Amino acid sequence: MAINNIWVFAQASNGAPTSGSLELITKARSLGGSISVWVAGDGNAIAAAVGSYGATKVYGVDYGSNLAGAAVASAMKATIDGGDAPDLVLFPQTYEGRDVMARLSVKVDRTVLTNNIDISVSGDSVSVTTPIFGGNTLVTSTFTGSAPYLAAFRPKSFAPETSGGGAASVVAVSVPDLGATGGAKVTATHVEETSGPKLDEADIVVSGGRGLGESAKYELIESLAKILKGAPGASRAIVDAGWVPYSYQVGQTGKVVKPSVYIAAGISGATQHMVGMKGSKNIIAINKDKEAPIFGIADLGIVGDVHKVLPKLIEALQGR
Amino acid sequence: MKVIVCVKQIPDPATPGALDSSSNTLKRDGKLILDESDAYGVEMALQLVDAAGGGEVSLVSMAPNSETAGLRTALAMGAAKAVLVSDPALQGSDALTTAKVLAAAVQRLGGADLVIAATESSDGYTGTVPEQMAEVLGLPSVTFAKKVAIDGGTLKADRQTEAGYDEVTCSLPALISVTAGVVEPRYPSFKGIMAAKSKPVDEVKASDLGITPVGWAGAGQTISNVAQAEARAAGEIIEDDGESFGKIVAFLEGLKVI
Repeated sequence: MAINNIWVFAQASNGAPTSGSLELITKARSLGGSISVWVAGDGNAIAAAVGSYGATKVYGVDYGSNLAGAAVASAMKATIDGGDAPDLVLFPQTYEGRDVMARLSVKVDRTVLTNNIDISVSGDSVSVTTPIFGGNTLVTSTFTGSAPYLAAFRPKSFAPETSGGGAASVVAVSVPDLGATGGAKVTATHVEETSGPKLDEADIVVSGGRGLGESAKYELIESLAKILKGAPGASRAIVDAGWVPYSYQVGQTGKVVKPSVYIAAGISGATQHMVGMKGSKNIIAINKDKEAPIFGIADLGIVGDVHKVLPKLIEALQGR
Repeated sequence: MKVIVCVKQIPDPATPGALDSSSNTLKRDGKLILDESDAYGVEMALQLVDAAGGGEVSLVSMAPNSETAGLRTALAMGAAKAVLVSDPALQGSDALTTAKVLAAAVQRLGGADLVIAATESSDGYTGTVPEQMAEVLGLPSVTFAKKVAIDGGTLKADRQTEAGYDEVTCSLPALISVTAGVVEPRYPSFKGIMAAKSKPVDEVKASDLGITPVGWAGAGQTISNVAQAEARAAGEIIEDDGESFGKIVAFLEGLKVI
């Protein structure tokens, strides 16, 4: 068999495919076969963009107020039953990606492999690589049994590159009757606005953690980020504590960032956090505890109190 | 109101994780504790039952070696009973099999108005099991819920999205996964801890739930290689002497970002 038909679950933001989606389409080109993209919404909006990365078909699912998970997975299953059966389905490791993947997994009775950073195909065999223990160990797993194989990838695992292809053809797919599984409906959508660059695209990221002591001190992180024209981020500890919204979180459950400079202030460096920022080109850490794991990966580590170091740093940079 | 919470018993995250050298699966043979992520689900369940004016919180869990230490913590918080699926044949189970086993455990308890899980475990973090369970059980789901209430038989939740959050309504019965921090988990009281010792834990095998094959025999994956990642070299570490901010400024200048 070999991999002849690859599906990529893509996501769109403001009418354009996300960089995570384009990464997966790019990687799919190297695996062989044709590439079809699935998107929750109007396929026409992204047909030209995904086509220029190598996709030849876009399935757009008109999912209305349904959640994407049950709606898109049902549409995928109906398409498979209709004769277009994929060998491999790639998902971004995002909220929607995981939901669609999980529902489809049960419908086709095939397992899932998530949190991957690489994939390779050798004949009939598909293997994926997952970092564990904070990225210290890489585990390669091979799918057994028959296709389709379902795999999810962490953002920024691959570099998006255009192929120069023309616009993909668009197929509008309606959502089959979801029965009881369609009981969840979106009634309102809220966008948490942040000024400045987006966390996962910024060239400089300044993150704060529990070492800040109290939520009001997060202001130091925001000021420093602003001066450096970077984005403010956070550890899971202070997101869970309610100091900043979830969208600020860097780490396993949050965003993966790979900026030129990452400044970790008052962050000890739990595995959870390190997975999300280890790929940064340069890491500066400021922490009171000299034994903190974050110093093990820092290019410049300051053992000191963030409440003393940050105000002076901000003042010095402001004067420039 | 009947609520079932999925709880995972995991090795203490404070101790370094290790792989079993023969199977390359996470070692889970030491003492297991309640996954901290699940304490939020247990607390949410207890609060929702309180708000509904009555009902019961039950637990389902899958663990090797008849381990109950983590379950007792959740029972001490106030859950009434548990189904524990403990079976050597489950070792190496993939995420889909885990979802089928837990869904069958939910059915063994006669189902529920609401099934609650964490978004992902703190040790394996596949992050798909709750939604897979919902599909197996034929239930609607709201994953990544960061605020949950039940109003007149309808669930209302704020669901985390990449850009912010969605307000979602959902008919019951349903399954939700809740993010850490959704509520503040209570500490078990001494009375609760004592009472938990005698609360019923129904221990079953996968075959009692009608599920075969499980474990490696049923997994859709095999581990083909384990390697050490390239280590990142540690850099310069200095003690702050009041002037260390200058080092940071110089470092940023060297990178030409300021």
